[in-house]
Amino acid sequence: MSDATDSKLTVHRGMATWGERLAPLEEFRRATARVGRQLSQAERLAEQQRFLEQERDTTPLEGPYSRVVVFGGVYNNHLALEAVLDAAHKHRAEAVYCLGDLGGFGPSPEKVWPLLLEGEVRTLRGNYEESLAGGREDCNCGYTDPRDNHFATLSYRYTAENCSSDFKSWMGGLPPRRRIRVGRRELLLVHGSPRQINEFLFDSTSPVSFLEVLLDQESCDGLLCTHTGLHWHRHLPSGRDVVNVGVIGRPANDGQPGVWYTLLEDRDAELGVELLPLEYDHPALALEMQQQGLPQEFIDTLRHGWWTTCLEILPARERSRSRY
Amino acid sequence: MPTIEAGTPRVGLRSLDTLWFQVAGTICNLACTHCFVSASPTNRTHEFLSLEAILPYLEEAAALGVKEFYFTGGEPFLNPEMESILEKALPVAPATVLTNGLLLDTERCRRLRRLADQADYSLDFRVSLDGYAPETNDPIRGEGTFDRILQGVSNLVEAGLNPVITVTEVYEDNGTVRGKERFFELLRGLGITKPRLKMLPVFQIGAEAERTGAYETWQRLRDSDALDEGWSHLQCSSCRMVTDQGVWVCPILINEPQGKMGDALAETLEPFPLDHPACWTCHVYGVSCKT
Repeated sequence: MSDATDSKLTVHRGMATWGERLAPLEEFRRATARVGRQLSQAERLAEQQRFLEQERDTTPLEGPYSRVVVFGGVYNNHLALEAVLDAAHKHRAEAVYCLGDLGGFGPSPEKVWPLLLEGEVRTLRGNYEESLAGGREDCNCGYTDPRDNHFATLSYRYTAENCSSDFKSWMGGLPPRRRIRVGRRELLLVHGSPRQINEFLFDSTSPVSFLEVLLDQESCDGLLCTHTGLHWHRHLPSGRDVVNVGVIGRPANDGQPGVWYTLLEDRDAELGVELLPLEYDHPALALEMQQQGLPQEFIDTLRHGWWTTCLEILPARERSRSRY
Repeated sequence: MPTIEAGTPRVGLRSLDTLWFQVAGTICNLACTHCFVSASPTNRTHEFLSLEAILPYLEEAAALGVKEFYFTGGEPFLNPEMESILEKALPVAPATVLTNGLLLDTERCRRLRRLADQADYSLDFRVSLDGYAPETNDPIRGEGTFDRILQGVSNLVEAGLNPVITVTEVYEDNGTVRGKERFFELLRGLGITKPRLKMLPVFQIGAEAERTGAYETWQRLRDSDALDEGWSHLQCSSCRMVTDQGVWVCPILINEPQGKMGDALAETLEPFPLDHPACWTCHVYGVSCKT
C-alpha cells in the first residue's frame, strides 16, 4: 500500500474531518451539537403543518359525471386514439379526458388534432406539449445512455418538424390541470404529478403516505395522472384513489401489443376504477411508421409490446419486469 | 456562528422527496482518493446509525410525505443492522442502498433479493466503480478493488438484482459518450442484459480536495446565479440527510457543522443558505445524488 493510502487509513484516529481540516472528534461533535433549530414537540407539529399547507386550488370544477374515460400519452398514435374514442362511445362515457403527451414515438403528429377536437376530448398540457409550444430544441430528457438520447431526440425532432404552428400554439393553450366531479368525489387530473408536470409517479416508487399527503394538500378525493407510460391504481387507506391512467400511444412494456386506458364510474360507495386494455390496428400504424422513416426500434415495440429505448426512467422493480 | 455574506441565495425545501441516511457514518472498508466525505476505516466523524435511531425518522418522514429513502456511508453493509433497517424502511417508502460492492457475497445477495420481493416498493442498489479497468479504477478505489467490485455486482445479478453502476467523473473520459459506452460494454460483458449507469461529477472537498485541489474563491453562488425557475433544480430543495448527529441539509455537506439544520426533520424545513463552494458544483453540474 502506498504512503498516501496508509495516511488515509490512520489520519482519522481520534480526529474528524471538519471542512478542509482535521479537528479532534470531540470538538466537531460539540460544534454540531450547538448548530440547528431546537423546537419543542408542539412547535415541531406546528412547523410540520405549516410546511404541508398549500393554497387552495382554484381550478374550476367540471361535471358532475357518472362515467368518464381518461387516458394519456397519445404519442401520435391516431389509430389508438380513434379506437379509444369508439370505446368511450360504447361505454356511454359523458366526457373523455386526455392527460397530455400528444406527440413523440408515432407517425404524422398532425393527425391526432382533428380527432381530439371532433371527439371533444378535454386535454391537459403535458411536458411534450410544453416543450413543443415553447419551441424547445429537444425533449431535454438527458439520459445517461447515448443511445437513449439519440432516440429521444430523433422522435422529438420528428414531431416538432411535422406539427403545424397552429397545433403547437393550441397545445400551449391547454390547461396544466383540471378538476372533475364523479358522483360525489372530486378528482384532480394532472400530467405528471400535482407538483411537477414531469414528475414520474410509478407504482413501485409512489408510497402510500406520499400519495395521502399529496391528496390532503390538494383537497381532493382522487388523483389521475400519466407521464410514465405504465398504468396502475392504488386504493388508499383513507378511501381515496390514485390512478395512473396509462397511455394509448404505445404498449405498457408488458409483451402485449395492446394499450391501456381508464374507465371511471360513480358507484356511490366507491369510485369504480377500471384499467382496460385497448386493441387497435397496430400493423397499420407500424406500416405508417415505416413509411415515415421512423426507427425500427419503435416499430418493434408496437409489435411485441416491449419498450426498446429510454428504459432508464424505470425504477428497479418495473425494470426487472422489462425485457430490455 | 459565522455570518452569511449578503447576496448568498437561500433555498427553500419545496417538499421532502428524498431522505438520506448516513447509515454507516463515515466508516468504510475503503479509503477512496476522491471521497468527498473522506470515509475510511478510521474516520468516525459520523458513526453508524442504529435501527433504533432511524425509526423515529421513518415515521416523521412518512408524515411529511417522503417519496424515497437512500442509505449511504461509508459502506452501508458494514452496519450490522443494515438489513433490519431495510426491513423497517421498505413498508414506508422505496429504498436505494449505495454500496462499494465489497460485502455483497452470494448469501447476502439472496437475502436482499428476498427483501426486494417481499417489499411493497422498489429496493434498488447502486455500486460504485471509477474505471472500466483495474488500471483506472484501482488507483482511486484501492488495490484489487476492480475485481472485487465486479464480483459483488455479479453476485447481485446472479440473485436477480440489477444494480445501477455509479461512476464519478474522476477521469474526464468517464463522462464522454465513448466513456459511457465502454462502461455499458463492460457491464454487458458481465452478462448484464439491462445495464444501468449513473454518472456523478466530483466534489472538490474531503479527500478529493487533497487529490486535485480545493475550490477557488470565485466558485460561490450568488442570488444572481438563480435560474428562471429559482433553485428548484438543486437537490437541497427536496432532500435532507440524517446522520448520528442530527439532520443535515444534503449528503454533501455532512463534514460541515454549518450544514446541520436540526435534530428532528421538523427543525429542518426552513430555507438554507448556499454559502459553501460545493453548492456551486451542484448548481453548475446539475448534480443529484439520487438515481
